[in-house]
Amino acid sequence: MTQRFLSETRMLEIRNLHAAIDGKEILKGINLKVNKGEVHAIMGPNGSGKSTLAKVLAGHPDYEVTAGEILYEGRNLLEMSPDERAREGVFMAFQYPIEVPGVSNAQFLRLAYNEKQKHLGGEELDPLEFKDLLKERAKVVEMDASLMSRSVNEGFSGGEKKRNEILQMAVLEPRLAILDETDSGLDIDALRVVAGGVNQLQGPENAIIVVTHYQRLLNYIVPDYVHVLADGQIAREGGKELAMELEEKGYDWIKAQLHENASKLAPAN
Amino acid sequence: MATELVKKENKYHQAFEALKTRKPSAAWVELVRDSAMDRFESLGFPTVSEEEWKYTNLVQLARESFDIASPVDDLPYSGEQFSFPETADSHIVLVNGIFRSDLSTTTDLDGLVALDLFEAIADARYSKVVRNYLARNANYHERGLTAFNTAFLESGVFVLVPKNFQRDSPLQITYVADSGEVSTANFPRVLVVAEENSSLKLVERFVSRGSHPTFTNAVIEIVLMDGARVRHDRLQQESPEAFHVATTSAELGHGSSYNSTAINLGGRIARHDISVVMNREGAECRVDGLYVVGNNQHSDTHSVIDHKQPNCNSHQLYKGILDGNGRAVFNGKIFVREGAQKTDAMQTNKNLLLSPHARVDTKPQLEIYADDVKCAHGAAVGQIDQEELFYLATRGINPQLGKSLLTYGFAEEVIGKIGVESIRAQLDEAVLTQIHAPLPTEG
Repeated sequence: MTQRFLSETRMLEIRNLHAAIDGKEILKGINLKVNKGEVHAIMGPNGSGKSTLAKVLAGHPDYEVTAGEILYEGRNLLEMSPDERAREGVFMAFQYPIEVPGVSNAQFLRLAYNEKQKHLGGEELDPLEFKDLLKERAKVVEMDASLMSRSVNEGFSGGEKKRNEILQMAVLEPRLAILDETDSGLDIDALRVVAGGVNQLQGPENAIIVVTHYQRLLNYIVPDYVHVLADGQIAREGGKELAMELEEKGYDWIKAQLHENASKLAPAN
Repeated sequence: MATELVKKENKYHQAFEALKTRKPSAAWVELVRDSAMDRFESLGFPTVSEEEWKYTNLVQLARESFDIASPVDDLPYSGEQFSFPETADSHIVLVNGIFRSDLSTTTDLDGLVALDLFEAIADARYSKVVRNYLARNANYHERGLTAFNTAFLESGVFVLVPKNFQRDSPLQITYVADSGEVSTANFPRVLVVAEENSSLKLVERFVSRGSHPTFTNAVIEIVLMDGARVRHDRLQQESPEAFHVATTSAELGHGSSYNSTAINLGGRIARHDISVVMNREGAECRVDGLYVVGNNQHSDTHSVIDHKQPNCNSHQLYKGILDGNGRAVFNGKIFVREGAQKTDAMQTNKNLLLSPHARVDTKPQLEIYADDVKCAHGAAVGQIDQEELFYLATRGINPQLGKSLLTYGFAEEVIGKIGVESIRAQLDEAVLTQIHAPLPTEG
């Protein structure tokens, strides 16, 4: 990739990102570049900060960015409210999707869709028109039509909730999708369907960040790059083979390496 | 205060004497009215020193000078504007408690009997059943406001659902409280008798008109004979300045079923007392409600579910949405009497506070005198959930719209129980208007 194309292909650039919750620093200087058309995997042990990174990207109000910056398509993402980010094409699939009682899935999705259309100057859809669109997009995740008239995520099984997240992604067509532990709690069949849905939505104009603890999901959504987080920093980076190596050696390997690096860097006395 | 009350009650006494001259009735009715007036004059308006009125202060109401509403002739509205497509053919309108055949549409009742209660008293076909059931469940001996209503009995509605009667379309009764040029009090009175194995869908709608405060004091008694089924939707939509007190008393026969959804969209004071007495075995009821109050509004729901016999079920869900400095009271009593074994009673009250200045007093109560029963109750008061709001934001929905959507969702659980589609649609809109949050969510 030559330098002059960078501004057109760069989707996301995270520079020296520090973030804290309740005064406790979780992210300690993250650097990450994501280009259009790429799939990145963020891996790491529990507590390494990978879910925090996803939430900071989505704009969760509990997390405070204490240093660094995030550029989304060249613009300062941190200055945008969570809903503005979403309308501008940032999407996060939740690890634990929230239930919204009393609001039907179809109502919710149409509202979200129309808010985005309104923002982008596109055409808003009435309930009937939207029904057709929804029917079409629901195929991506092989989702049952009966789930459209039920309250958002209420009484859904774990697998249905995750499918519903990907359905939302299919409806909103984000340019940058962040999947936060989408594989957790999924059996192998549901995993295949969800991953299949994500793959259908992946294209040259968008980018996906897959946050996961396990290599399993990456058999289905194959990453171009793998970044391994440990203690709020990126400890290792590589191609998809890094995920395999991790699966084999476990996260202790990374932690040990990190420890080693730290002692090397420490001033000798 | 006390002198003011006496003066007002004197004014009411004169109106009472005038009424008796204007609308004389059968000897037994005169007796009921006389003794009710007697009781009102000795009980007066309830005060906050009474446990049942601890959080609802009627001083304002007692002080306000209300005329007893007299019949109005030229009305600037038609009956149709208060009905719904589903009820257009079966719609009774009372203006200030008086049955208005000119505004009502009762051409297509399929054999359902619905007429002016006062006419029914004078009609040999119905006088006996009216005499049997009127003022039987709505006790005026101990309750000042019920006595006040009963004393001013001069019209109202009598509904008789004949044995085995079945019908899909609902009967609507609209109560217009019309102040005209002065503050007025009105006393609607309804008696519904559902005979054996009959079925009725009933919609009650309270609205107000005119430029001055109105005071509605309504009483409806519903008798369900063995195997009868009544679905009752009640909409209180008077003005934010209105005073509204109402009593619903249902008596349930063997194997009968009573389903009620009461929507209260505010008022200066809007109080609803609902009691369901399960007098025979195997009856069931659902008693649900939603109250929505904004600034300077006060809602009060008192419910009593009385399990007197074995094998009865009751299920109750009341929800409240409070904004501004709005206040609400929920007091729900469930009695399970000695011998009422295999009772299944469940009561839930949930409140959503949209403002730090809103306040709700909720008190679910269970009194159980039987040992083989299943009873549960609970109350909750909460705010808009920040995680839910964030979830909606990540889908592009701004916090203000998100708040509306979550509020709408909260109300929907109760609104969804209403049996008439166009009422549900209208309420979705009304709830959002009430909380000042228009929302495009049809479909």
